[in-house]
Amino acid sequence: MSDETILQMKNITKTFGPVKALTDVTLDVHAQEIHAICGENGAGKSTLMNVLSGVYPYGSYSGEVWFEGKQAKYKTIRDSEADGVVIIHQELALIPFLSIAENIFLGNEQGGKGVVDWDQTRAKAKELMRRVGLPDDPDTKIMDIGVGKQQLVEIAKALSKNVKLLILDEPTAALNDEDSAHLLNLVRNLRDEHGVTSILITHKLNEVAVIADNVTIIRDGSTVGYMHVDKEHPLDRDELIAKMVGRPLTNLYPEHESHVGEEIFRIKDWTVHHPQDTSRIVVNDANLYARAGEVVGLAGLMGAGRTELAMSVFGHSYGSAVSGQIFIKGKEVKLPNVAAAIKNGLAYVTEDRKVFGLNLLQAVRNNASLASLLKMSKNGVMDDNVERKSVEKYRKEFGIKTHSIEDGVSTLSGGNQQKVVLAKWVLSDPDILILDEPTRGIDVGAKYEIYEIIDKLADEGKAVIVISSELPELIGICDRIYTVSNGVFTADVPRDKFSQEYLMKYMTLEREKVTK
Amino acid sequence: MTSAVTNKKSEKSSTLSSLSNMARSYGIVGALIVIVVVFEILTGGVLLKPNSFVSLIQQNAYVIILAIGMVMVIIATHIDLSVGSLVAFIGGVCALLMEHAGMNWALAIVLSLIVGLLVGVWQGFWVAYVGIPGFITTLAGMLIFRGLATVIVGESVPITSNAFRGIARNYLPNIFGFWGPFDGLTIVLGLLAIAAFAWSQLSKRKKMEKVGLDPEPMGLTIAKIVIAAAVVLFVTYLLASSGNEDQGGTPIMLVIVVVLVLVYNFILTRTVFGRHVYAVGGNRKAAILSGIDSRKVDFTLFIHMGFLSAVAAIAMLSRLASATAQAGMEFEMDAIAACFIGGTAVTGGIGTIPGAVVGAFVMGVINQGLSIMGVDTAIVKTIKGLVLLGAVAVDILSRRKKG
Repeated sequence: MSDETILQMKNITKTFGPVKALTDVTLDVHAQEIHAICGENGAGKSTLMNVLSGVYPYGSYSGEVWFEGKQAKYKTIRDSEADGVVIIHQELALIPFLSIAENIFLGNEQGGKGVVDWDQTRAKAKELMRRVGLPDDPDTKIMDIGVGKQQLVEIAKALSKNVKLLILDEPTAALNDEDSAHLLNLVRNLRDEHGVTSILITHKLNEVAVIADNVTIIRDGSTVGYMHVDKEHPLDRDELIAKMVGRPLTNLYPEHESHVGEEIFRIKDWTVHHPQDTSRIVVNDANLYARAGEVVGLAGLMGAGRTELAMSVFGHSYGSAVSGQIFIKGKEVKLPNVAAAIKNGLAYVTEDRKVFGLNLLQAVRNNASLASLLKMSKNGVMDDNVERKSVEKYRKEFGIKTHSIEDGVSTLSGGNQQKVVLAKWVLSDPDILILDEPTRGIDVGAKYEIYEIIDKLADEGKAVIVISSELPELIGICDRIYTVSNGVFTADVPRDKFSQEYLMKYMTLEREKVTK
Repeated sequence: MTSAVTNKKSEKSSTLSSLSNMARSYGIVGALIVIVVVFEILTGGVLLKPNSFVSLIQQNAYVIILAIGMVMVIIATHIDLSVGSLVAFIGGVCALLMEHAGMNWALAIVLSLIVGLLVGVWQGFWVAYVGIPGFITTLAGMLIFRGLATVIVGESVPITSNAFRGIARNYLPNIFGFWGPFDGLTIVLGLLAIAAFAWSQLSKRKKMEKVGLDPEPMGLTIAKIVIAAAVVLFVTYLLASSGNEDQGGTPIMLVIVVVLVLVYNFILTRTVFGRHVYAVGGNRKAAILSGIDSRKVDFTLFIHMGFLSAVAAIAMLSRLASATAQAGMEFEMDAIAACFIGGTAVTGGIGTIPGAVVGAFVMGVINQGLSIMGVDTAIVKTIKGLVLLGAVAVDILSRRKKG
């Protein structure tokens, strides 16, 4: 690492409509260092990197970016790549049906006059692949290699563009331990032997500890801290966690006293494998229970396996080789499909309402009734009036702001759409509701209303399980919180122990240290 | 006082807004009226002569029957390219049963419908349970059944049964005699249809009020009834004065088509299965996560399509009075075009049976009008292509403006 500064981002502010994603963010990166950026989900890390790489063009944000002593005014990703700034996104941008060599030189084809020189392509690819430690044939198709190797192809592609600053967004989120170690070694190698500076966005604090030279911490769209790491000053995780979560808890949550009753839901020894990569364990031997009237939280960072757990329980909607037992009201049940799960009193409100929750082409009424059509019909014929009446009831009760239940659900705001999804599942009259990120992307006022709905459902004697990436939210509404890290349940935290620091410690527990 | 005034005002504005909503969704109806008027003028009043109106219905019955199934298949994000070949194949089966096996025509019809259902099971199996896209499965079906039709029919199989041939060309029996120049039964049916429509609209209002919901404004209900009555009366007049010396009135084909449209419109709009079709087409993932068995929906849809293809095959066989391997050529394209002209979304999730029926009439009127004018069939085809392109372009552009 040299003392020379390669990248300076000064007072970056970026807004999306009324929402401020970044406020006055400052980032200094030295040449030939590995700089980690840490922060909770939604803190603004990816937005900042998109500003840097020109995904958000110069002029759409305020503040200045200086790269190698010049002010950078990138309009597109091509501009930033021309300067040697290359970003590798979490979702890899590779084309599965093309070969490794073709992918490396995609958009930068070797040869001239519009004709590809395949020998040159292969030879150069081979050389780049050697540098990243990829022994495969350059003609191998991307779809035939694992995610770990695909990540290496992305890095080889970056190297082909004479990368000076490599940005890696959660590069190890989808990798197993061995592949992760290899990747981190490679990043270190690039720094030491090729002088490549790297910015690493990661949730995994153990990775930060072993690889980062400096750490910038971002919280709620602002820079809140900077830490230097070397042999004499190893990373102080507690300090890092405190900075990541250190947001004051204000009364954003309704007062609520839970009346916890008997246990009505239990998951025993639940193990789920990845649907494609069947050797990867996504949920590992999870055990969980919930009681009537109780709001239970599932806390974990992105990729911890919370959604995967919920979906695999909800009628095996995710994963392969699912094993374990489910008990509802003390009786073991088998839920091989969603219909069975609904019949047994389970409801799952999905994380991404637009992709998995709503039919945006249809009205509020059709969406809200979708999970309870059998109850609203006789001999397969819908009773429209029963349907209208029940949906109308929840429009009023949940305060869904729409002129009529016949309005298209796509015309509603995010918060109101979420209420429609909630109404759909409450209408199915479940005993257990699993809510996956129920307040993502909706404004504070609507969030409060959703919390009130959650409390009301609990008061009606239902067990509510809330999955959320916002720790203050879980602390604000839950009676008990499970922490999940890398697919393993690491702690069952009672209310009196709730603190963001305490939870974050268990959410970032490494696999080796996990004790059951 | 003030609240009463605002109430009245809001009722008025909601009448207006529902009317404009209707105009938007029934824009294609307006287009159909314009086309009818234009051809009525261009053909010098021949288009809406009673007998050419009846032949319009008899000639386009097969498109409407196929479009009913096709619109459901397209809503669920599939497509069926095999229906034209099925018309030839099932028509061939039906003809052979009657002419070679000497079977009674009614029994032959029943067996042909069963063959249609079985073909639906076959195609539904590949689409729903093996996961082969509908386009591929039915493209294969298009080749398979055209080939089989050629094998079983050979040159051609003429139909000798007069009863069977009558399905496509005869009228309902003239049981009430003629009232002046008009067929009595047709007038009775027309008046019954108006009464039934008015009754269904009014009882719907009453039911909604009973459960404490706000029905649509009364003005709108009355407007709907008046418009429907006017249209039905005009059609009744045309039908009642149609025919020749022997018979006239309501064509049997019209009865078959109307029954199918009513039944399938009921299935699609009022049953749980219909809801499932729209849900799967609008967002398959969300539908599955709401407990809908999307494979069963796909499977069932192809069975319906097979059944309707068989009905179209019987209608066509009766009309042509002879089974040939070339029967039903390009029928799939007519049915698909009718759906898209009638406002069905290319990406699925949106569409109605009345829309597809109107789309079929748009194509039919253009066809009929141009052929009365003596325009070359090749030119007719070109014009139909342009109409399809234009209709979908208008639909997409108006959507874009709104979004």
